[in-house]
Amino acid sequence: MANLNKKTEEMQFIIATDVGSTTTKARFFHKKDGEWRFLVAGEAPTTVEAPYEDVTLGVQNAVREIEELTGHKLLAPEGGMIIPFDGEKGVDLYCTTSSAGGGLQMMVAGLIKSMTAESANRAALGAGAIVMDVIARDDGRQTYQKIQRIRSLRPDMILMAGGTDGGASQHVMEIAELIKAAEPKPRLGVAYELPIVYAGNKSLRPQIQELMHEGFALELVDNIRPVLEQENTEPARRAVHELFMEHVMSHAPGYNNLMKWTDIDIMPTPAGEGMAIQLIANTFKQNVMGVGLGGATTNVYSIFEGRFVRSVSANLGMSYSVTNVMKEAGLENIMRWIPFNLDTEEVASRLMNKMIRPTTIPQTLEDLIVEHSVAREALRLGLQHHRTIATRLKGIQIERTISDMFEQAVADSYIEMMNIDICAGTGGLLSHAPRRIQSMLILTDAWLTEGITRMMQDSVFMMPHLGVVSTVYRDAAWSIFDKDCLVRLGTSIAASGQEKFGESVMDLTIEMPNGDVLEEKMNLGDLKLIPLTAEQEAKVHVEPANQYDVGAGPGQELDAVVQGGVAGLLLDARGRPLYFPTDDQKRKDMLLKWFKAVDLYDEKALEALI
Amino acid sequence: MVDYTEEKTNGEEKETEEAHAYTPGLKVKKSTTVQKLRRLPLLGEVFVNEGETVKHEDIVARTEISGDPEIVKISMIMGLEPEDTPRYMTKQVGEKIEKGEQLAFYKALFGLIKKEVKSPIDGTLESFSEITGQAIVRGAPIPVEVDAYIPGKIIEVMPKEGALIETHAAFIQGIFGIGGEVHGEIQVVVSSNNQVLEAEMIKPEHKGMVLIGGSRVTLDALKKAVEMEVSAIVSGGIRHEDLTTFTGEEIGVAITGQEEVGITLIITEGFGNMNISHRTFELLSEFEGYSASVNGTTQIRAGVLRPEIIIPHDMVEDDSEEALSQGMVPGTPIRIIRQPYFGAIGKVHGLPVELQRLESESKVRVVNIELDDGEVVTVPRANVEIIEE
Repeated sequence: MANLNKKTEEMQFIIATDVGSTTTKARFFHKKDGEWRFLVAGEAPTTVEAPYEDVTLGVQNAVREIEELTGHKLLAPEGGMIIPFDGEKGVDLYCTTSSAGGGLQMMVAGLIKSMTAESANRAALGAGAIVMDVIARDDGRQTYQKIQRIRSLRPDMILMAGGTDGGASQHVMEIAELIKAAEPKPRLGVAYELPIVYAGNKSLRPQIQELMHEGFALELVDNIRPVLEQENTEPARRAVHELFMEHVMSHAPGYNNLMKWTDIDIMPTPAGEGMAIQLIANTFKQNVMGVGLGGATTNVYSIFEGRFVRSVSANLGMSYSVTNVMKEAGLENIMRWIPFNLDTEEVASRLMNKMIRPTTIPQTLEDLIVEHSVAREALRLGLQHHRTIATRLKGIQIERTISDMFEQAVADSYIEMMNIDICAGTGGLLSHAPRRIQSMLILTDAWLTEGITRMMQDSVFMMPHLGVVSTVYRDAAWSIFDKDCLVRLGTSIAASGQEKFGESVMDLTIEMPNGDVLEEKMNLGDLKLIPLTAEQEAKVHVEPANQYDVGAGPGQELDAVVQGGVAGLLLDARGRPLYFPTDDQKRKDMLLKWFKAVDLYDEKALEALI
Repeated sequence: MVDYTEEKTNGEEKETEEAHAYTPGLKVKKSTTVQKLRRLPLLGEVFVNEGETVKHEDIVARTEISGDPEIVKISMIMGLEPEDTPRYMTKQVGEKIEKGEQLAFYKALFGLIKKEVKSPIDGTLESFSEITGQAIVRGAPIPVEVDAYIPGKIIEVMPKEGALIETHAAFIQGIFGIGGEVHGEIQVVVSSNNQVLEAEMIKPEHKGMVLIGGSRVTLDALKKAVEMEVSAIVSGGIRHEDLTTFTGEEIGVAITGQEEVGITLIITEGFGNMNISHRTFELLSEFEGYSASVNGTTQIRAGVLRPEIIIPHDMVEDDSEEALSQGMVPGTPIRIIRQPYFGAIGKVHGLPVELQRLESESKVRVVNIELDDGEVVTVPRANVEIIEE
C-alpha cells in the first residue's frame, strides 16, 4: 500500500534502498529543471545478522553516506527519513526492496504438474520468490516422499492451487491433506503460523478453511486457473506480497521499524528488478528479455507480447554458486569458451576457490576470461530454465495448421530469440566488465540472439530501486532509468541457420549517420563490430543467403533502422546454433578470431596467453 | 563471478572500490575463550544447570518432533464412498494403533465379501477425511538430542531451548569442510606442512583420531581413513576431482556439514596443492595428543559458518583478541587468496588510495605487498586476507 506525503508531481527528492544479503544500497534521486536524475549512491554492510540483528542500522549507514557526500540531511533523529522535503532537508518519498536473509522462499503445490502447479509456480516466481519445491499429484514421487520433503523444507510461505472452478475437488483436498499432515514449519520464528495462499477451485474454500484454519495463516484468493484456458496469477501474486509484509518481513530483525519508515510496501528485490524490466518493455512497446546475473542466483525475466514471466535459478551464480554452474553445465562447456591451453583440474580448482572466497576478483586476463566463460554458461542455463517456465498453457487445445503437422510439435516455450527485440542485463559481472563489448558478447553468446536485437545493461545497480519507485511514480523512474541507469550497448544483427563454414551468410548495406555507405559480406564464422554511438542510428539492408534468416524468413531481405551504443553495431554470422569446429585447435583459433574481431580484450595480453 | 558488491559508481564511470578492504582472516588462535550455543530446533527439555561441567558426549537437551505421517486411502481400498466410510472405521480418531492392526472393516452379502484396511505403521489415528476418504496415521514422536560437542562449563541455560557452554581452547578455522561434529585425539602424520598426506601414512591405531596433514590429502588417503575409522582429517588443500570422487557428487554450493561420508574433512587453505600455513601447522603440532572437537560444517553466504577445530586446554596465554580487526596497515601480515600469487604470504607494504588498473583492465583499490622473498607485488584489496595471529 502506498501512503504518499506529496503528490508525485510536487516531489523533488526520492531515496530508495535495497537491503541485499550482504550490502544495503541506497540511491538518491532528485528532480532538477523538471527532470528526474540519479544523484549519488551510498552503501553499507547489511545488518540482518548477529551481533546487530536490525536491518535499519545498515539502511541508516548507507543513507548517512549519502548525507556525507551531498550535505543533504535525510535521517530523522527519531529514526527513519525526514519526510517530506521542507526546502532544505528530507525527501518526499522513501521506499525499499529486500532480499536479506535469503529473500522470500516459497513452496508451491498444485494438482497437475504441467497445469495448476505450473501456474502456481509462475505466480510465486513472478512475486519475487525463490521456489524451493513444486508439489503435484503427478510429480513422480510417492506420498511418503512428498511428506518427507515438505517436512524438511522450512518455507516462508506456501502457495496452493488445484482444480478449475467447479472442477476437480477430491484430489485437490488430497494435496491439502498432505500438506496439513506434513506440518511444515516456517523458516523464521518458531512461534508464528505459516502463511498459506489458497488459489485453487473456489468451491472447495469451506473445506480448505475447515482443514487449514489451525496451524496456518490462511488466505483465500481467486483461482489461478478458473478455467483451463485462462491463467490468473495476479490475485495470488498480490496475496503473496501482502503476506510477505505481514508475516515474513515482520519476523525478520528490524523490519518492523523499516516497514514504518517506508511510504510503499517493502518489495522482494527480484520483484523490483522485474518491474524495472517491465518498464523497458512498456516504454519501447517491444518484447524484452532481462537477466540479473548475481553471485548466488540468476533471475531471468521475459515480457513477450505483454506477458511477464520471471524465472529464478537459485543456484546459478558467479560467486557463491559458481561451482554449481560447473556442475550443471559441465566443465567441458565452460572450457569451450577458453581460447588457450588451461588444465581442466586447474579451472575446477579456481572455481572452487572462488566459491569459498566469493569476494575475490580476477586480477589476470586469464582469470577474467575464465569468469566470462562461466558467465556464458550460467546465462545459457538460466535461459534454458526460463523456457521451462515461460510456456504455453497446457491442457488446452492449440489450433494447428497443416505446416505444424510437419514440425515435431509446437514448442513448449514461446520464447524464440528471433522475436526478442531487446536484451538487458544487470549484475556484478556484466556491470563491471572492463570493456562494454564484453558484456554484449557474453549475452549474445549465451542467449544466441537472432535477427535484430538491441542490447542494454545497467551502469549502476539500481534496477530494484527504480522498479519499486515505478509502482507509484512511473515517469520519474523511467527518466532516471533512461538517463542514468540504462547503458545502450548497441544492436546485434545475427542470422539464424548454419550451413557450410566459410560460405556466405548475409550481405549488408549500412548507411551510416555521416552518409557513408558500408558494404559488408559476412561468411559463416565471421563476426564484426562497427562503431555506432548511442546517439546514432544507421539504416541497414540485409540480404541473407537462402537458408539464413534475419527476421523476415529464410533468404528474405530485411530493411531496418538500428540504434548504436557504447559497444556499437555487432554483425554476427557465426551461425545459430553457433558454429564451433570440433577440432580443438581450430576451435581455439576461431574463438581468438572472434575476440580480436571485436577487440574484446587487450590484444597484447591475450597474445601472451596463447 | 566478479562480486563487486561495493561498487560506488556514477553514470558511465566504472571504477570499483571494496568497502571491506580485505577478507577478514580465518582465526588461528592458541589460547582463547570459546563459547558454543547448543540449542534445540523446537522447545524441549534441558538437562544441565548453570555452573556444571560437561563432556563431549553429554546430552544437554532433548525434544521430540512429531512423528512421520502415513496417509491411508481407506475409501479407495475398500471401494466405498468417502462419506460412507466412517461407520466402517474400527479405530477412532486419537486412538493408538499398531502396525498391522485393523483400521477399518467392511462386510457385505452376509459375510461373503469382506474387506479390511490395516495400519501400515505403529502410531496414532490422527484424522479421517470424509471428502477424500483418507486417514492419517501419525508415527511415534522422533526424539532429537543435542550433545555438548565441546567439554566445558555451562555458563547459561535457556529454559526449554538449550545451554551455552564455555571452554578455554586453541581455536582454528578452516576455509572449507565436509562432515559434521566429531572429536578425537590430534595426531600429526606428516613431517612438514608441505608434505602430501598419503594412504600409507594412515594406520589402524589412528582409529577415532583427528589426523593433521600438510599440503594436500589424496583420495586414497581419505578412503583409507574411512576404513580405519579416523574421526577427522585436516589438510591444507585437496584436489577438486578427489573431493568429487570421495563425496560421490560435485559440491555445487558451499553449504556443507550434512554429508555422510564416514569422516569429517577440513581444508585450511583452498583447492589444489596448498601448504597448510606454518602457524596452523605449528599450533596443531604443539597440541598433538590433545583431544579436539572438529566440525566440517561450512556455509558461505550471509551467516557465514567456517569449519573449526577446538582444542580445549589449561594453558592461559592471552591472544590479543581483536587487535587485528582494525583492518590493514603497513606491516599487517597478509595471505594472497587469488591468482597469480595465490597462497603467497607477505606483509602490507603500502595502501595506495587511487584506483589502479589491473591486467584484466578492471580499476580497483589495491594493496602493495612485500612477499617473504622481498619482492613487492600489487594485488586487489579484495584478493587478500589478514592472517590473524
